[in-house]
Amino acid sequence: MSSDNSHLRTLEAESIYILREVAAEFARPALLYSIGKDSSVLLRLAQKAFHPARPPFPLLHVDTTFKFREMIEFRDRTAREAGLELIVHTHPAAAEGANPFKLGTQKCCQLLKTGALLQAIAQYGIDAAIGGARREEEKSRAKERVYSFRDAYGQWDPKDQRPELWNLYNGRIDKGESIRAFPLSNWTELDVWEYIALERIPVVPLYFAKPRRMLLRGELLIPLDYDVPPAPGDRTETVLCRMRSLGCTYCTGAIRSAADTLPKIIEELRGFRRSERENRVIDHDQEGSMELKKREGYF
Amino acid sequence: MKDLLRFTTAGSVDDGKSTLIGRLLHDTRGVYEDQLESVRKASRDSNAEGFDLSLITDGLRAEREQAITIDVAYRYFQTPRRKFIIADTPGHEQYTRNMATGASTASLAVILLDARHGVLPQSRRHAYIAALLGIRKLAVAVNKMDLVDFSRDAFERIRDEFGAVAAKLEVEEPFFVPVSARDGDNVARRGARTPWYQGPSLLEYLETVEVEPAGSGGPLRFPVQLAIRPHLDFRGYAGQVVSGRLRVGDGVLALPSGLETRVTSLEGQEVCPTVCLADQIDISRGDMLVDPSAPPAVGREFAATLIWMAAEPLRPDAAYLLKHTTRQVCADVRSVRRVMDMQTLDFGPAAELKLNDIAEVEIETHHPIFFDPYKKNRATGSFILIDMISNRTVAAGMILGPDTRVPRRNPVAPPRTLVSVPEFVAPSHRGLTVWFTGLSASGKTTLCRAVHERLAARGCRLELLDGDTVRKHLSKGLGFSREDRDENIRRIGFVAGLLTRNGVIALAAAISPYRAVRDEVRASIGDFVEVYVNAPLEVCEGRDPKGLYRKARAGQLPAFTGIDDPYEPPLNPEVECRTDRETLEECIAKVLGAIDRALER
Repeated sequence: MSSDNSHLRTLEAESIYILREVAAEFARPALLYSIGKDSSVLLRLAQKAFHPARPPFPLLHVDTTFKFREMIEFRDRTAREAGLELIVHTHPAAAEGANPFKLGTQKCCQLLKTGALLQAIAQYGIDAAIGGARREEEKSRAKERVYSFRDAYGQWDPKDQRPELWNLYNGRIDKGESIRAFPLSNWTELDVWEYIALERIPVVPLYFAKPRRMLLRGELLIPLDYDVPPAPGDRTETVLCRMRSLGCTYCTGAIRSAADTLPKIIEELRGFRRSERENRVIDHDQEGSMELKKREGYF
Repeated sequence: MKDLLRFTTAGSVDDGKSTLIGRLLHDTRGVYEDQLESVRKASRDSNAEGFDLSLITDGLRAEREQAITIDVAYRYFQTPRRKFIIADTPGHEQYTRNMATGASTASLAVILLDARHGVLPQSRRHAYIAALLGIRKLAVAVNKMDLVDFSRDAFERIRDEFGAVAAKLEVEEPFFVPVSARDGDNVARRGARTPWYQGPSLLEYLETVEVEPAGSGGPLRFPVQLAIRPHLDFRGYAGQVVSGRLRVGDGVLALPSGLETRVTSLEGQEVCPTVCLADQIDISRGDMLVDPSAPPAVGREFAATLIWMAAEPLRPDAAYLLKHTTRQVCADVRSVRRVMDMQTLDFGPAAELKLNDIAEVEIETHHPIFFDPYKKNRATGSFILIDMISNRTVAAGMILGPDTRVPRRNPVAPPRTLVSVPEFVAPSHRGLTVWFTGLSASGKTTLCRAVHERLAARGCRLELLDGDTVRKHLSKGLGFSREDRDENIRRIGFVAGLLTRNGVIALAAAISPYRAVRDEVRASIGDFVEVYVNAPLEVCEGRDPKGLYRKARAGQLPAFTGIDDPYEPPLNPEVECRTDRETLEECIAKVLGAIDRALER
């Protein structure tokens, strides 16, 4: 082990400890697997935590049906290779034509992500949902606990959280209530990429730059995976670009980049002056919108 | 080498803490431009003047609306040398709970002082809480230097004043730096406006200060999280090395079973490995692998400092869940000894325990836990209390040490308090019986309890068998005839012998007037130290705390030792204490010396 990475090993140990605590203290935990880089790191940590056994929980993917094709392929291959049960849950409204163009991004997300997640938690009796959210990502996440208590409606109350000291997490819940556990709480985006490089963790190829056909709308680069209703001034071009974060196709903008290897991505990241969620349309609709979504049960 | 430093921040309202953190993040590029843009936008919305760095850190809507910080928030930034995690806690009246939370995982505290106001009562409390939570390094940023014209005098006056506060706490010499968080002087870079200041900037200090990696020192403690059994040929125990080292080939002691075995392999992560052992021992979650030569205390009773964190006060009759390492047990808060007065920072008598109170309490768990004093080991010395009905975390605790106070809250307690044998006694020292004999009121119980307290502070496994208490349980119904007295002594001797055999130091205090039965007990136990607590009869009769001599003289207590029944002094006691001529301290020293000699034999 290189001594340059001692901060990564410290974070790794903390995350492994949390994953085992969740496995030991809950009857039916599940790992919220969203296919992105954070989920990839989370899965690797879970494999390390229980090695040589398999992680004692299934993967749960809330599929909005607006994910990239590469993501779905990657998801299925990853679950197969890890030998883990994969639960895919989609909100019935998706089949009835719910989409961000019709509903707006806020309502679409509320229905297809938050709503679907709460359905899955109830349907599968999940008492602890392990997620890859990081406190550094967004202001309201900075106050999130490692064990985040959610009431029977999946709601988060930021003003009435359980005090969390040392590494003594309080996982006591009543029936119907649940815990969201966040083993990557103390990781930053740069930590995640450095760890992916250190551990050679496979990630979805969309993170690496290559020439892609994109819809250009103002500054935004919108993927063409699904039909996007046209707006004045739209153009379609082949652009050398990559995804910095992965969500639904429409709501995840690409960034212009030539970073096609891990060292280049890390180098690019060190020079970045803008946050990774900037290209996420959903966080910007309203000041404090992430906090509002989290209160309703979003991750 | 790039490592990780966790620190917490504390400051009174308006000391500029959020601005300082905003400045650190801004100057280390820990905040992105789009986030800054939203800060600029919010600055206009909230009518703040110009560009308000504090809005980088005040995240939640309610905070921005009320312009306060309501809870603990975590911030991240890094430099080429270090990654930093800031636990940012607010300075308003809820600070005890929040600051304790932030400090629990930090190894350093940055304390903000306003150059115009100097050391406020709140600043002293912040330093106290940081020290209480085990933080030994304080960095004191004297902020708003721009508002005192960067006056060297102002800085040095505050430095001396706070230095005097810190000198009374268990912290190292603090680091002091004059800053202007608003303008950036001496925060990330040294400023030109303090030419008289030769030290590093706050960031330079944070980058270079030496901090011990968590869990490096002390003997091995490995709380087991779960057993890993993928197939019949593999059985491992997953956990975290919270202190000491664990290597293949090392001998380890498993608690609570008390069996010693050897590490045959270590899988996976260095700090969070999966351990395989040479012997098939029944080990599960909540058990602990420890250094056999320096095991933790094993027991159900201990004293602790408790920080009450819930709106509803402590209910003395309620049982709480106590979570300690990976173990969760039921526990009673048996008594509240004293509560900290946060105005004076002195302990005072306890009425009740309410939100943000800090108190010393006695706790009894329903199953033993394996603990060290918090000062020695943060991981095995800390716990939380959970309300069983509301499921809320109601308190955080730091163990002081085994409970040394006897008798208990209820003197006619059930027999288990008479001989509270821990389920397992780790053999860090041999067993021994220390027998205190002497006239009534000669000082046996006083000396015996004092010795008990000293040994408890060393972490010894102890039990105290007091003659008066024993007669209420073990020897209930026995009288004061020679036969009954001998029977009483044999019973105490029998229990002391069992304890001795199991590695406990049994301290027995009884008049035990007859030489023959004392010698009989000595012979049957073997490891035996006799302490003759000697004071002349007239001295004892003069003391007469329970009025027994007076009753005996009046003929109401027949066969009272020294009056109308003989006391046969030991012929060759290991120790003789003349409690009428020697101080208690001298007596304690003599007894401890004899115990040490006996344990070395």
